[in-house]
Amino acid sequence: MTLERGQRVRVSARRHEGHHRTPAYVKGKTGRIERVHASFTNPETRAYGSDGLPLQPLYLVGFAQRDLWPGRGGTADDQVYVDVFEHWLEPTE
Amino acid sequence: MSGHDHDHPHAPITNGDEPPAAARVRALEELLVEKDAISREDVRSRIDWLVSRTSADGARLVARAWVDPPFKQRLLADARAAALELGLDAGPSPVVVALENTEAVHHMVVCTLCSCYPKALLGPPPDWYKSLPYRSRAVSDPRGVLTEFGTELDDDVELRVVDSTADVRYLVVPRRPNGSEGMTEDELAALVTRDSMIGVAQPASPAPTLT
Amino acid sequence: MGQPALLAYDRRVERGVHDRGGQPTDEPIDLAEHELADWEVLTDALVSALSRRGLMNVDELRRGIESMPRSEYEQASYYERWLFSMEAVLTEKGVLTAGELDARLGE
Repeated sequence: MTLERGQRVRVSARRHEGHHRTPAYVKGKTGRIERVHASFTNPETRAYGSDGLPLQPLYLVGFAQRDLWPGRGGTADDQVYVDVFEHWLEPTE
Repeated sequence: MSGHDHDHPHAPITNGDEPPAAARVRALEELLVEKDAISREDVRSRIDWLVSRTSADGARLVARAWVDPPFKQRLLADARAAALELGLDAGPSPVVVALENTEAVHHMVVCTLCSCYPKALLGPPPDWYKSLPYRSRAVSDPRGVLTEFGTELDDDVELRVVDSTADVRYLVVPRRPNGSEGMTEDELAALVTRDSMIGVAQPASPAPTLT
Repeated sequence: MGQPALLAYDRRVERGVHDRGGQPTDEPIDLAEHELADWEVLTDALVSALSRRGLMNVDELRRGIESMPRSEYEQASYYERWLFSMEAVLTEKGVLTAGELDARLGE
């Protein structure tokens, strides 16, 4: 587990062939670590017959609505939180 | 199936016309049993489990949290452990997180990628939760979605939408309604609707008492 | 704090048929609910039973659903998607042979 609560992170915008659980609407977006979860099996490999090991660290990442949907209305403080695996996150500042 | 919240009108129950999928899945079951790929006991026990699930267990967790502040802290720290503490079935998910609504913060849960939902504690998810428009708009227009549910939030309340994209399951702990002081835990649990634990609605209000 | 590099990196991100967050839609949210039909509960239970035997896991179930052509995905009901996935994944693994289920239905 190398990322910490409060740390600013960017979600990778890379192309991924096949099953993965990082939604398109957060790819390339910047947020903050809200929770450090435990590690879990990797769905990207487990979806194709592997045991999903080694376990991958998972984080709840918070994004400001205004950063996800520029130009849409809504209160400035609203947030969206998404569970993202560490291998999709890049520390940023 | 029993104990289900009547938050919204039901579509008419159609016993007659089943889609082609119905016959197909029954034939699939027969084939898989013949090949010994599945056991009928496993099928039966899962069916029994599914039909036993309602939002009553989730409501018990919330009601206990409302009356027992140290329990609430344990619930917020680890909802799975808190459920087990009350002798409840927390389900197969290894991590369950309770999200507390306050005067300043309101949570709403979605699974944009499929339909992840704390079934053990809330029962099966409603059709709308699994629907394409909810999955798309809960993250991009949550206040609009809340308005469709008849729920209004003040502008100074921070709305936090949580998208369950992994193995963690989320349950909202709604705010205890005004006028519920002195109610028993069972009476409080009856106010905790399924929709308030998803975060699209507030819990029910206590019936006014006659003086 | 401005991040001009990120704003310039505004490329269209591809998404799977299942990846619905933020997809523009005019469809209202239908609040009507239905009790799960017997066949739907059975579909759920079959996936669970296959999982108990190590023949299919939830990630494979999702991957199978995500392989549906877009129009089929969008027209299918929730458990119809599960059924599609079971057939696809089990056939891929050789638990089912292609056409076997159709043949059984034809009998």
